[in-house]
Amino acid sequence: MHPWIGAGDEDRRRILTELGLSSIDELFSSIPAEVCVERVALDDGRDETAVRNELISMAHANLSPECVPSFLGAGVYRHVQPSVVDAVLSRAEFFTSYTPYQPEISQGTLQVIFEFQTLMCQLTGMDVANASLYDGATGLVEAVLFAHRLKRGKLDRVVLAETVHPMYRRVLSTYADPAGLEVVVVPPGDDGRISADAVRDAAGDNRSCCVAIQSPNFLGIVEDLPSVADAAHEAGALAVQVIAEAVSLGLLAGGGAHDFDVVCGEAQSFGLAPGFGGPHLGFFTCREKNIRQLPGRLAGETLDDNRQRAFCLTLSTREQHIRRAKATSNICTNQGLMALAATIWLEAIGGHGLRDVATASLSRTEELKRRIAELGGGWKLAYPSSPTFNEFLLTGPGTGDELARRLAEEGVLAGVSAHRWGGSWPEGLLVAVTERNTAAEMEAFLDALGRVS
Amino acid sequence: MKRRAIRDELLIFERNPDRVRRQGFKLPPLDVPAVEPGSVLPKAALRDEIGDYPDLSEMEVVQHFHRLSQLNYAVDEGLYPLGSCTMKYNPRINEETARLIGLAAAHPLQPVDQVQGALRLIWELEQALMGITGMAGVTLQPAAGAHGELAGILMIRKALEARGDARHEVLVPDSAHGTNPATATFAGYNAIEVASGPDGTVDMVALDQLMTDRVAGIMLTVPNTLGVFEHRIVEISKLVHDRGGLIYMDGANLNAFAGRALPGLMGADAMHINLHKTFSTPHGGGGPGAGPVVVSEALVPHLPVPRVVKDGESFFLVEDDAASIGAMRGFYGNFLILVRALTYIWSLGADGLREMSDVAVLYANLIRRRLAGTYNLPYDSPTLHEVVFDDTRQTAYDVHNTDIAKRLLDYGFHPPTMSFPLIVHGALMIEPAESVSPDEIDIFCDAMLAIAKEAEENPELVRSAPHDTPVSRVDEVRAARKLKVRWTPGSDE
Repeated sequence: MHPWIGAGDEDRRRILTELGLSSIDELFSSIPAEVCVERVALDDGRDETAVRNELISMAHANLSPECVPSFLGAGVYRHVQPSVVDAVLSRAEFFTSYTPYQPEISQGTLQVIFEFQTLMCQLTGMDVANASLYDGATGLVEAVLFAHRLKRGKLDRVVLAETVHPMYRRVLSTYADPAGLEVVVVPPGDDGRISADAVRDAAGDNRSCCVAIQSPNFLGIVEDLPSVADAAHEAGALAVQVIAEAVSLGLLAGGGAHDFDVVCGEAQSFGLAPGFGGPHLGFFTCREKNIRQLPGRLAGETLDDNRQRAFCLTLSTREQHIRRAKATSNICTNQGLMALAATIWLEAIGGHGLRDVATASLSRTEELKRRIAELGGGWKLAYPSSPTFNEFLLTGPGTGDELARRLAEEGVLAGVSAHRWGGSWPEGLLVAVTERNTAAEMEAFLDALGRVS
Repeated sequence: MKRRAIRDELLIFERNPDRVRRQGFKLPPLDVPAVEPGSVLPKAALRDEIGDYPDLSEMEVVQHFHRLSQLNYAVDEGLYPLGSCTMKYNPRINEETARLIGLAAAHPLQPVDQVQGALRLIWELEQALMGITGMAGVTLQPAAGAHGELAGILMIRKALEARGDARHEVLVPDSAHGTNPATATFAGYNAIEVASGPDGTVDMVALDQLMTDRVAGIMLTVPNTLGVFEHRIVEISKLVHDRGGLIYMDGANLNAFAGRALPGLMGADAMHINLHKTFSTPHGGGGPGAGPVVVSEALVPHLPVPRVVKDGESFFLVEDDAASIGAMRGFYGNFLILVRALTYIWSLGADGLREMSDVAVLYANLIRRRLAGTYNLPYDSPTLHEVVFDDTRQTAYDVHNTDIAKRLLDYGFHPPTMSFPLIVHGALMIEPAESVSPDEIDIFCDAMLAIAKEAEENPELVRSAPHDTPVSRVDEVRAARKLKVRWTPGSDE
């Protein structure tokens, strides 16, 4: 017997008798003996106390960024976390329910998705948002495949800014090959930004299905989105904006204001734990005219039999459970509970609050940049004149990996090596500063730099 | 489900219509000089005020979500017999371990010597999943079952390319879940349907004809979506392998045999495992899940990167490998879901997993016995973890499977799966899972029998169901025709 198995030994015997069987093994007679084993290669079960202790010891074997000054970002950020997020998330009505295919008993989940879709549209300036994708990297993949479908599969080239998160680019290359796509990477100029001319040259004339650019980019720099959208459209391609730091939308206009066709990316910043990389929250927004090519689930408003407002999943003829081999994506399970977390976070923080969070991140980043510029000792901002939001590239006496290691020895998680996945930019550390990094943590950071020079 | 909303829960955007500024969260004080955004960022890049959504107090936000939660059915409320979804109990210790600060706050790009615990956890779960399936390798990266399917098919593609034997088709039985053909297409293959035989399993004659040198492999769900084991699995694997193809196994129904049988002995080359089904991680209203893929020796070289490798007592990451299919997503998987699954697997162990499948199969057979006289059983092959009825006997009274499903809501149960298998018209696919008590199974069967009686005596009562839910039957056709997929100011008048 086990606490998570509903029938005790006597129950099982009684049911077997009702079924006219003498042993449970008879129920498995359709499985050929040659594929069966007496027991699988695994230890026997343990009690709750023992398992908890084992997990606690693994957790303790990690150095927690909550315990030392941390400036790690590169796609995963540490922002304020209202306790209401986890409190609501812990309600079994939300976390133990299934996909809301039965709308009459799923109005809670469906209304949350509808609110999430609305919030993402408001923040990005787009018309339509889906109910979530796996993460920022697969968000980029879906955007590219979406553009490829809209161009009727005829334009096989994808123009990709090198300053899109290198991990996202790597994931795209996994998918691009079977889809028959050619990815052309455009490196940044001396200012760390992508130029419209370079985009135009790479895109050619009616050869590319889309141009994908990240802003703020991997180096933290704010791109000139309007000129890139124009260049993409002149070349007959869709313009795709990728966002890896969603809090930037508190201050920066999303691609919707700059004529982009898709804004997609990662919304981990909206209340999700870093969680060693997941689960995070991919999002996807587009123009209403292209809604029938949208990947993933979508909630819509309608009426019930009593003419009362109700919500349900809609346009499911795009999806795999109806369209099968012709679906817009094979996605089924998404990141629903993470979209709930983001919705709670955004609603608890509020519209003005989001702006305040973003402004605090910006202010702290600018202060740290100013202090570093005064520091000397071989420490330099790689792009001192380029506008950044809350992350920047810092060069110093050594490679990014060396700097990260030496500064960690000084007690500061100072940043992520900007060359972890290669790149045409200088070696160094990507330093992320959020509203969580206090003046005291910045002093600790600067002191550590002073000791490593 | 008797609960009704006491009052309509407004959309958050309809609250506080005058947009009075209230405070939902207090930020840390700004202890550095405040920067005017326009002084450091290009003015053209800045957004307008975010005026469309309100600032509310903390309690208003909590009440909003509390009331919304009251409109949901959930596993904690009662039987959730969705076939092929394995809606089992979500143990509370899983939620506790996934929130341990040393795991939840770990940054994926910390130096590896600072995250040895997290890397060990990944490695331990990999060992456990290989042990449970008898397979040679595993990736924990995929975020969901369909994502795992794609990883598996891409590995098969890579292995065939490495042999210089690129192929163009993937076989998918007609009983398969919709993600199978969608995945084959996504991976660049044509999905070719294989007919089922009279007992619901793969028709060997059809397979023999279709399995040509154009075929990369077959995607098989074991047991299939009828809850029937492919009893010729070893022959199927041999036939496919002999002709140069590979076997993809959809592990959505692993709950039927975990602890008893090994995909490694069945001839599988790749199989995804839905941790949110068999290994108890919560469905979360649609996700996140996790879809690790176990593989045979033939596919080990092609596993996604990054991979966790153990060297003595320490762990490190391999980021690049030319033979790999590459990365399927960012980082290492839905890590905090992996934490929950390992907690579950270590708690049950080899003995508990076997009991888990035993009781899951016992319950499905109990339901079959109780309902088979009343509901039509289109395939009478032996039932494992789920049983599929259809509505043939009820359509005589113009009552259909969707009506039965909606009436079940009134009895306090989530309905069975109806959208597939496509080979059963009017399907009612019932999977009880092992975690509820036998009493709950009894009450469910009584409800199903009562509904069948209602269908005969008062069919309109069933056709007009549900009657006791927070909203009455929802007009899904209208939602698609009059698309409204976001709130806009003034749109609610």
